[in-house]
Amino acid sequence: MSEVSPAAPPRPRGRRWSWTDPKLRSQVIQITVAVILLWLLWSFYSNAQSNLSRLGIASGFGFLDNRAGFAISQSLVPYNESMSYGRAFLVGLLNTLLVAFLGIILATLIGFLMGVARLSKNVVIKALASAYVEITRNLPPLFQIMFWYLAVLATLPGPRQSWGFGLQPLLGAIGSGLSSIGLGFLGGPLSTYAATLAAPGVFVNNRGLVVPRPIFEDGSMAILYALIAALILSFLLGRWAKKRREATGHFFPVFWTSLGLIIVLPLLASAAMGFPVGVEKPELRGFNFVGGLRVIPEFVSLLLALSIYTGGFIAEIVRSGILAVSKGQTEAAHSLGLRNGPTLRLVIIPQAMRVIVPPLTSQYLNLTKNSSLGVAVGYPDLFAVFAGTTLNQTGQAIEIIAIIMAVYLTISIVTSTIMGWYNKRVALVER
Amino acid sequence: MKRILLAAAGLLSLAGAVQAATLDDVKARGALNCGVTQGLPGFSSPNDKNEWSGLDVDFCRAIAAGIFNDPTKVKFTPLSAKDRFTALTSGAIDVLSRNTTWTMSRDTTLGFNFAGVMYYDGQGFLIRKSVGLKSAKELQEASICVQTGTSNELNVGDYFRANNMKYREVIAFATLDETVKAYESGRCDVFTSDKSQLAAVRLKLTNPADHVLLPETISKEPLGPLVRHGDDQWFDLVKWTYFALLNSEELGITQKNVDEMVKSENPDIKRLLGTDGKYGEGIGLTPDWVVRIIKATGNYGEIYDRNVGPATPLGIERGLNNLWTKGGIQYGPPVR
Repeated sequence: MSEVSPAAPPRPRGRRWSWTDPKLRSQVIQITVAVILLWLLWSFYSNAQSNLSRLGIASGFGFLDNRAGFAISQSLVPYNESMSYGRAFLVGLLNTLLVAFLGIILATLIGFLMGVARLSKNVVIKALASAYVEITRNLPPLFQIMFWYLAVLATLPGPRQSWGFGLQPLLGAIGSGLSSIGLGFLGGPLSTYAATLAAPGVFVNNRGLVVPRPIFEDGSMAILYALIAALILSFLLGRWAKKRREATGHFFPVFWTSLGLIIVLPLLASAAMGFPVGVEKPELRGFNFVGGLRVIPEFVSLLLALSIYTGGFIAEIVRSGILAVSKGQTEAAHSLGLRNGPTLRLVIIPQAMRVIVPPLTSQYLNLTKNSSLGVAVGYPDLFAVFAGTTLNQTGQAIEIIAIIMAVYLTISIVTSTIMGWYNKRVALVER
Repeated sequence: MKRILLAAAGLLSLAGAVQAATLDDVKARGALNCGVTQGLPGFSSPNDKNEWSGLDVDFCRAIAAGIFNDPTKVKFTPLSAKDRFTALTSGAIDVLSRNTTWTMSRDTTLGFNFAGVMYYDGQGFLIRKSVGLKSAKELQEASICVQTGTSNELNVGDYFRANNMKYREVIAFATLDETVKAYESGRCDVFTSDKSQLAAVRLKLTNPADHVLLPETISKEPLGPLVRHGDDQWFDLVKWTYFALLNSEELGITQKNVDEMVKSENPDIKRLLGTDGKYGEGIGLTPDWVVRIIKATGNYGEIYDRNVGPATPLGIERGLNNLWTKGGIQYGPPVR
């Protein structure tokens, strides 16, 4: 709130208050607006307070310690219905962050892939990418969530008829297939052999995806340490390679070496400790699979819908970013002897990022906020758990809406800050 | 600029304040705003001409008949379980008649008053026949669908805990339709809700005969109409409309015979129908208010039989909802 008019003439000495004095005028206006704003806020507050107390409605944040009493179908931290509303809030918040975080990664991958594909010289790839963008961008996200939930995932078989994945069902299916087309002499033994193999550990049904749960026994920490060591080594390697390249012009395959390190070091550590990681396989007992890890279909449909929907927008942003880099850059890179891949990776994309990052931030924020649509398919995100169930059970609308606002605002500001920092890094450095 | 802001602020603070005299507002508006379900056969559901019918709907019509002598002067607002309380608190509706369970927190800290119990219900489980279960005690590791914002959502956890059982998951959906769709698609093994609602939902499923209600009733669900705190006259009016329906049934006053009953010499009937005393004025209406109500909707028994009774598709026996004189617990205080 600095001066409104920069070219204010010097005020003549001894002259009193005048409406024509721009400096004084702007101060009077600013103070008036601030007072009105404060008075507005205060009247909202006092009005709400008096209405609430007249109607005998509870207020304050004490309810956060009360027993929640309701169950939540997905939780990253231990939760049961005897825990507090505060705990339920944490569960909802983590569920929102989980789907937003994975959604942003997935949408970015899809978006970059499709954005580049739309510029491909291959007609089929180009047409496919265009169709993808036009379809996903032009259908409402709620519809897409319902589509994945009701039209795709709900049609999967029930737990008893689950699709199992593993060698056994595959070979078994091939065996029975061969038998059914009259090649019983081949199919029969194959089916028999398949039956001797271990049962599958991965199942897909209309209750979600079930996979074996790793059980970390004593000595598992060594694997974690090895992984951390590998990551640090890769980082150092990258710096060393960059220095060497700048000094000598020689390339070093950093990516593949690092990948090798990250895979081999933990494996070695695990072998040294005598393979301390066991597996808990899911088993069909009664209604459902017991044991193992499970991904609920509400989460899958929300994640798919959000990433695919936002991916369509990101594809267009990426395309516009690449097109914004002048053709001369490509030609210059080619004339230096760079092939298509490195040209895109080393010359075009870094310059395109300047155009891509600011609108990309908006898409990330949109994805995060759209995750509140998960309530339609029963995904227990922050909005469903807190602004839905908790609000309904406690009736404390003002407090809960204020908390929800603060949380979404915080998530958005943090995302913007990170992207802003990244934007500064990729911005064109003018010399 | 300042003046505009001031005017806006004044409007906003006015909009925030809920008017106390609900009856005056209803009369001035010429219609009662009544919150109902988004479609639950027997309780409140619209037909293809958007005409609403059901037990909860008839209760609102009875209030309108008492005030306007016209049961059609009601504006029905369909609400999900999640949104119903906000609508009542904000003043968007005058009365919530939407199979809502009377609980202490709703009656106190949420800021509402329950006017009575239109239907004594209890929570049950709907399950596929093919699963072959005999009892809710066998629901170990089951996936359960429930509608969010209901007392059912809270009861189910308590029931499993009390019986030392574990559910696999409870999936809460925002609306009844979404919950039913998820149950039908096989996302859950059981759907839990009030038994009356389960009976109505079962009829809407593709093949009702494939589904069955488990015998257990795991909770008390007294369903009734409610109003917001802060207007005692309106609370009295809604409460006594309910009692008038019960007392009329007890005294044998029906839609058909109400005109003859006005000539009755029975002092109880005379007081109820306003030929003796001016009891209706105590709630801001005229003495003959009950005559108008009964002419419009009939007594409680007639409303019950028409919407959920044995002769309807729902086919629910009176049971607890019979009058206290006939083995039930419906009981209207005397008009005196």
